[in-house]
Amino acid sequence: MNNCLCPPPPEFRINRIDDSKLKWLLLTMMRIREFEERVAELVIEKKIITPCHLYTGQEAVASGVCHALRKDDYLFGTHRSHGHYIAKGGDLKAAMAEMFGRATGCSKGRGGSMHLVAPEVGILGTSSIVAGSLPIAVGTALAESIRGTGRVTAVFHGDGVPEEGIWHESANLAALKRLPVIFICENNLYCTHMALDKRRVHDNLHRVAKEHGLESVVVDGNNVPDVYYAARDAVNRAREGYGPSFIECRTYRWRGHVGPNYDVDLGLRNQDELDAWVARCPIKHFAGFLVSIGILSKNDVEEMQRGVSFEIEEAVSFAVSSPFPDPADLTRYVFKGGASNDD
Amino acid sequence: MTIKSYAKAVNEAHEQLLASDERVFVIGQGVESPWCVGTTTLGLVARFGSERVIDTPISEAGVTGAAIGAAMAGMRPIVFHPRMDFMYLAMDQIINHCAHWYYMFGGRVNVPVTIRGIINRGNEQAAQHSQSPFAMYVHVPGLKVVCPASPYDAKGLLVAAVRDDNPVLYIDDRWLYTLEEEVPDEIYEVPLGKGRVCREGSDVTVVAVSYLVREAMKAADILASERISVEVIDPRTLKPLDIDLIVNSVKKTGRLVVADPDWPCCGFSEHVAAAVYSRTFNILKNPVQFVTLPDAPVPAGTSLEKAYFPDKSDIFQAVKHFFAE
Ligand SMILES: Cc1ncc(C[n+]2csc(CCOP(=O)(O)OP(=O)(O)O)c2C)c(N)n1
Ligand SMILES: [Mg+2]
Repeated sequence: MNNCLCPPPPEFRINRIDDSKLKWLLLTMMRIREFEERVAELVIEKKIITPCHLYTGQEAVASGVCHALRKDDYLFGTHRSHGHYIAKGGDLKAAMAEMFGRATGCSKGRGGSMHLVAPEVGILGTSSIVAGSLPIAVGTALAESIRGTGRVTAVFHGDGVPEEGIWHESANLAALKRLPVIFICENNLYCTHMALDKRRVHDNLHRVAKEHGLESVVVDGNNVPDVYYAARDAVNRAREGYGPSFIECRTYRWRGHVGPNYDVDLGLRNQDELDAWVARCPIKHFAGFLVSIGILSKNDVEEMQRGVSFEIEEAVSFAVSSPFPDPADLTRYVFKGGASNDD
Repeated sequence: MTIKSYAKAVNEAHEQLLASDERVFVIGQGVESPWCVGTTTLGLVARFGSERVIDTPISEAGVTGAAIGAAMAGMRPIVFHPRMDFMYLAMDQIINHCAHWYYMFGGRVNVPVTIRGIINRGNEQAAQHSQSPFAMYVHVPGLKVVCPASPYDAKGLLVAAVRDDNPVLYIDDRWLYTLEEEVPDEIYEVPLGKGRVCREGSDVTVVAVSYLVREAMKAADILASERISVEVIDPRTLKPLDIDLIVNSVKKTGRLVVADPDWPCCGFSEHVAAAVYSRTFNILKNPVQFVTLPDAPVPAGTSLEKAYFPDKSDIFQAVKHFFAE
């Protein structure tokens, strides 16, 4: 494993972010981590059945990007979007209930782990078709550019996505029409079982984006202020009408592609690689940094952790005590405005 | 009321929708071309500007997805495909990201997009430039499908499609573009899900789709001179289907021909037959007759093309079949 694929631990340089924002970034990452690790346990206990693609290890990306977004900005995600949903401000209980397939879930038990929605905070859906939500994000950006509102769209996608043709169509269209959309590529170095170098001749995603006409940068996806700064610049550009950006965030998912296993020693990746990335934990390092500069004490961090655990436990209780959707409603929501199909 | 062509009716619907609703925009390949999608988008860029009438790169999937996203954001886009053949490239967007969306998110995000697929066939264009695959789309839950066969319906159905809160596939047929009839000058809707009895009759029901409505009317004229009274029904909307209208007609006539210019296997014609059989089995006097395309890709050469596309004589034969000794 070369140094470029696993760089040294993140070093934080902050400039004009006030304390409350720094705390929000840490808290959001902690919430995502707690949610994902709790979901992993519940999958092992077979209480959650829906296939869960866990975000553990990548928390800095969602948190840093969403911190730069307004509540009414749009967000689209993927099969691996629990973190995006939480960071954008989606309701935790509704997300957990969706994991359990309950009527109180954010998608009323029709979506599952891969299809989360929270229109009240700009999340119009996550798609489990690789690259599928890219053109849709370009479309919300097109709508807002026609209306001239300045609302921005953020679309998260994996490193496998530029292998799909529609990514290129979407990038070209966004650049051509100078649309207010930000492509956030979470390069976790794997696409299911395949490492990046087995799928591409060059490790050059950001350069490809640049050639399409997107403003393009690479950041350490385990460094939450760096992600935030890159996103803030991209959001400002988009809002002011300068067009789309691409942010490649280099990061790593700790668990396997889907489910709670770590998938080491299956011939895909090895323990050393995983250990090296666990050592780069975005939360541990950032918490340590905030303690070192005196914004938080160790006690504060522990207090935050307790608060987050409590919140997630509340969400689990809410989910398990919620009813399942009524089978009599099986064909509800096929069409809007249909006799029995509507709210 | 003025006499207008089908193409003019489609054009006028676009114009009036754009003028009356600022959420409406038009996007697709060729609005700025000199041919303007068979004149149906003529003058729109000049009047409404290229911000709302948008020509695009050759990215069927990307552009369809962009229209879908804009619809989710509350716009009322019309995204068109100058040929339905090329729309296959957008299939993932149409099914996975449009038709399924409202259901998959428990009714929280609807997609009021109109997808316009244009049938452009004839003149030896061959298999990849001739298709009219209605049934593939009718098959998909969450997608409405309309197929206007007259200038009046072409205008009114486009207006209704755009105003509907769901995704609607609007399929217009270039073979009909020169067809003329009286079309109101003001904006109006033809309601989705309502078929039309084009001609009343008592011996045979012919359910016809797209250009075969016109052919069925011609066949009915000829059959009338042989004292066979044909009722011609144009469903107009293939989904949701006005099945009661068809069933009530068959209850009266006891005989059914379905004339559908699409492939036969799992086609719209079989769908209509099955729906009718399951409701009227004991009153059918004869087995249902089908007039469809053959189960083969579209050929190029004129002689083969002529044999491939059904017309009034095929409908005539199908009806006569009932009365053969
Ligand atoms: C069109 C399509 N092809 C294949 C799949 C199966 N699939 C699901 S996730 C995935 C990997 C995506 O990798 P990447 O984009 O790097 O995202 P990550 O899982 O690493 O977050 C694949 C191939 C799919 N869901 N959709
Ligand atoms: Mg990946």
